[in-house]
Amino acid sequence: MGQTTEDYTLKLSGLEPLIIFPGSNFINVGERTNVTGSKKFLKLIKEGQFEAALDVAKEQVQGGAQIIDINMDEGMIDGAESMVKFLHLIASEPDISRVPVMIDSSKWEIIEAGLKCVQGKCVVNSISLKGGEEEFIKQARTVKNFGAAVIVMLFDEKGQADNLPRRIEIAERAYKILTQKVHFPPGDIIFDPNIFPVATGMEEHRKNALDFFNGTKWIKDNLPGAKVSGGVSNVSFSFRGNDKVREAMHSAFLYHGIKHGMDMGIVNPSQLEVYDQIDKELLEYVEDVLLDRRDDATERLLEYAEKVKGKGKEKVVDEEWRKASVEERLSHALVKGIVDFIDIDTEEARQKSERPLDVIEGPLMAGMNIVGDLFGQGKMFLPQVVKSARVMKKAVAYLMPYMEEEKRKSGNMSTSQGKILLATVKGDVHDIGKNIVGVVLACNNFEIIDLGVMVPAEKILEAAQKNKVDVIGLSGLITPSLDEMVHMAKEMERLGIKIPLLIGGATTSRAHTAVKIDPVYSGPVIHVLDASKSVPVVQSMISEEQRPEALKKFKSEYEQFRIDYKNRRKDKSAVSLEKARENKIKIDWDLEHPVAPAVSGIKVFDDFPLEELRERIDWTPFFLTWELVGKYPAIFEDKVIGTEAKKLFDDANKLLDEVISKKLLKAKAVIGFWPANSKGDDVILQNGTTFSFLRQQSEKAADQPHLCLADFIAPAESGKQDYLGGFAVTAGIGIEPLIEKYEKDHDDYHSIMIKAIADRLAEALAEKMHELVRREYWGYAKNENLSNEEMIKEKYQGIRPAPGYPACPDHTEKRKLFDLLQAEKNAGITLTENFAMYPAAAVSGFYFSQAQSKYFAVGKIQKDQVEDYAKRKNESIDYVEKWLSPNLGYDN
Amino acid sequence: MTNIREILKERILVLDGAMGTMIQRHKLEEKDFRNEALANHGHPLKGNNDLLSITRPDVIKGIHRLYLEAGADIIETNTFSGTVIAQADYHLGAEWVYQINFQSAKIAREVADEFTKMNPDKPRFVAGSMGPTTKLASMSPNVNDPGYRAVTFDELKEAFALQVKALIEGGVDILLIETITDTLNAKAALFAAQEYFDQTGKNYPVMISGTITDASGRTLSGQTTEAFLISVQHMPLLSIGLNCALGASALRPYLQVLANKSPFFVSAYPNAGLPNEFGQYDQSASEMTAQVEEFCKEGLVNILGGCCGTTPDHIKAIAEMARKYKPHQLNLTSHA
Repeated sequence: MGQTTEDYTLKLSGLEPLIIFPGSNFINVGERTNVTGSKKFLKLIKEGQFEAALDVAKEQVQGGAQIIDINMDEGMIDGAESMVKFLHLIASEPDISRVPVMIDSSKWEIIEAGLKCVQGKCVVNSISLKGGEEEFIKQARTVKNFGAAVIVMLFDEKGQADNLPRRIEIAERAYKILTQKVHFPPGDIIFDPNIFPVATGMEEHRKNALDFFNGTKWIKDNLPGAKVSGGVSNVSFSFRGNDKVREAMHSAFLYHGIKHGMDMGIVNPSQLEVYDQIDKELLEYVEDVLLDRRDDATERLLEYAEKVKGKGKEKVVDEEWRKASVEERLSHALVKGIVDFIDIDTEEARQKSERPLDVIEGPLMAGMNIVGDLFGQGKMFLPQVVKSARVMKKAVAYLMPYMEEEKRKSGNMSTSQGKILLATVKGDVHDIGKNIVGVVLACNNFEIIDLGVMVPAEKILEAAQKNKVDVIGLSGLITPSLDEMVHMAKEMERLGIKIPLLIGGATTSRAHTAVKIDPVYSGPVIHVLDASKSVPVVQSMISEEQRPEALKKFKSEYEQFRIDYKNRRKDKSAVSLEKARENKIKIDWDLEHPVAPAVSGIKVFDDFPLEELRERIDWTPFFLTWELVGKYPAIFEDKVIGTEAKKLFDDANKLLDEVISKKLLKAKAVIGFWPANSKGDDVILQNGTTFSFLRQQSEKAADQPHLCLADFIAPAESGKQDYLGGFAVTAGIGIEPLIEKYEKDHDDYHSIMIKAIADRLAEALAEKMHELVRREYWGYAKNENLSNEEMIKEKYQGIRPAPGYPACPDHTEKRKLFDLLQAEKNAGITLTENFAMYPAAAVSGFYFSQAQSKYFAVGKIQKDQVEDYAKRKNESIDYVEKWLSPNLGYDN
Repeated sequence: MTNIREILKERILVLDGAMGTMIQRHKLEEKDFRNEALANHGHPLKGNNDLLSITRPDVIKGIHRLYLEAGADIIETNTFSGTVIAQADYHLGAEWVYQINFQSAKIAREVADEFTKMNPDKPRFVAGSMGPTTKLASMSPNVNDPGYRAVTFDELKEAFALQVKALIEGGVDILLIETITDTLNAKAALFAAQEYFDQTGKNYPVMISGTITDASGRTLSGQTTEAFLISVQHMPLLSIGLNCALGASALRPYLQVLANKSPFFVSAYPNAGLPNEFGQYDQSASEMTAQVEEFCKEGLVNILGGCCGTTPDHIKAIAEMARKYKPHQLNLTSHA
């Protein structure tokens, strides 16, 4: 038998293993599920919003955290109870629980409560000699019996170790106790040698970083197996508010920490500059401070910091990178999204290469791989990735003629990972999300065939077969598109196609995909929530190895979902249409005095001034389009995405300036008002047009009415003359040439940006017009005086529900509204066969003025109402069921 | 006790087969599950097989004997459901639970010693069977309330503590925590065992055997085989392995993981194939033996036996086959 070797590997586990061995890469510990570090997380826990708190955990795992630190130490909450509840919930989320957890608390009872909930091998953060040896041994034994690793803070009865000798003294003592008395596995011992702030101006803080480094090195050299961790952001505490300096300090600290043997740490990836990209002057000052190289190190850094105060990473125009090799320049341009020099650099690389393709396969792909990795790790965000893609596309476009030339001689040159066909389905015009998915996939070296919008199933299938694509991705925003997708799936099944089908877009859902699409197609169907999820899903579909397991996973997940869905549906009881009508909202029409609109008939706004709309823009959904989640303007303060959100906002405003000053887009609107009274669930206009509405039918609490929009219009028998209003607005007139121009320029960033801005302007116009209607054109609220914020919160009287949306989910009613408004002629908006509006940046709807009118969701309706509704509309039941399929509360 | 660790280095040891399958052959009735003290017990007891160690020790001893005759080196006590949590289904409390474990250990001990006496060169061992209980610590039984738990770590630990104490006082050589579907349950059992060892100053070898529930290669609670290994590796185990759920051939890739990564001996006792449409296992002794022979050829295992559906015939065939092969060699690391 050979000699036994000591194994000091630190092995942790969630649902999957995490192995940390000497020479492993630095381990990133997620820090956002910590109430002491994240205000957002604290708020969610305090308010009991555990679902949303789980999302925080999920995001950081998806963002690349290899361990998640969980801390519930807050006076206002029951720490142990919250810890247990959160760990229980995590256990049922395989996306989170695949990684090990770090149970973080200064209270032993919270740690112990946490240890009782975790099946995997976790890390306890932390124990120390603060309370004496006896307590330390007892706690370490318990940790060991639970099979956890442990972080030992360098703290003893006398206090925290704040210099090198004390660090050594405590680490050595703790290590001896743990290995000799507790028989703790040395590889499972992780020291936290205390990261303290530097450059504080205090003489005794000068060696804080250096002592940490040297302490780390001493531990690694002298205490076999032990690991070192720490919370990095502390070091830059005295430069709060100066991101440029902080980011540089963090990355320089990590650089030296890792060099000295630091294995893991709690780091905020968004507060980290790439070490190599730190401004050389700044780096020198920072390292002077960290390594205590000069007596005036602090003064010099402070002086520099004063100069760059308030400047973000990118604000100092730094041309230093132009001096690097052409490969490095290309990579830099891709990562930073700089197009300025791309043609020159690409040309230089081309001249150096044997074939133009080598430039793509070599430096360009290398750069895009970095982008893909950083995005995968949550270190880059969507707007940045789209900018990188723009650089890539420009470079490829530059090389294209050369490659065409070469292709004539040699033939094939495809290098892609796989071909993805993308399309917005028939009858739908919305494509922002689809385009973003296309960009992100292209960044990951997939070849994208984008068929555009309003693409009929036959065309998609034909293109798929002709191009031998590997995956088809369908997108849609309006509800009829859901049916179109089901149709596509059925067609694919009929033709015996087995290509994976990806479903995405705002109205799509896992539920719809599982219940309606998956069962009709025997090939793989996967609902993809957003662009960042598309990459792993597509990869798993294309990889021979991953595919069988991924397929099985999705199919069984959807199967389970269907079962759960069925069970859930059984519990939800509905009331009959008759009962629902009896329980309508009580409005005493004797006391009501419907106001006659100041404008009678139709009013057209041919060119609504855009500058008046700008201040009405609700920016929060704009950030959501770019997958940056947060409320405007608080989003700018977000630790992770704040900087990017600000940049995106600035870019949007720059484009908006241009749009307004050069009148690149035109906003049009048409409104109209008609005398009307309700009859049952219909609203009958004096001119003979009837709008049919739907009523809520699910079971309600005792005092809650079953709502229907018709209830907000005076019934004929009340003897009162009431009115219904309608509107159609757009801010997308003239958008096509802009998109064309950007796309010709391979500029997805601006192509997506202009669409997102037009969307926001159209929404702003709808809001602005509603205000004008309330105060002036209808004039039922002449004295209304609300702030912008109150408007966004809808604190005014009356509503403007849109056909196809929750309060009146039937898209087909839009046709009648458009006819009344002559919206095609008056506002330049057309309807597709599925009643999507074109241009896509458009809003239409009804105006209701009654004081109690409010937004609601009709929700699920029953067969009796569908039959009644079909009769009222004089349409077949099949027709109604087709258009209302998402609302049917029964199987048809 | 003869040092089992030394024997395990030299040859593959054979564990017995299914207890339930053998009990079924006796066509027992409600009265067989009762004795004088239980005559008026208000809840039906038929099917509570563990209780037979008290009410029909002749039956259980007979089954142990058949397995020992077939060549088993290790027999398992009839205590798979011997916790207050599992016995609550039969309305039996802590005193009965202690008796079940103590008596089961005692009779297995007696039979094993008979055989050792007959042939001292082949010492026979008794492993105290500790099943997973009927409740999971890291999963909610209610899909609509994922935060809920039907049992806590402390309740499990206390239940296992009683079982450990009774098994050891009844005379077992080894503790066998088996058919692990939820690693947190197993950790509670380990915790209880360690506390008993610490309190009494006596150490007993512990075997652990997990269950891979389907072809995804994960435990019911979602862990991969390696994650499962890492999660229980803090105890100086005698062996780690897999049993139940899958047939032998499906188990092989996961045993390879354990053989590669585990610092402990490796065990395997699969079912006799997968159940047929009537819920019965119909893989023959020779079919099963051919499949587990692959484990031996690859040097994956140190302990081999059978789970659901296996009989003395299966164990006999396996024992004869296993004799021809060298056991799995321990990985040369400590502190792993």
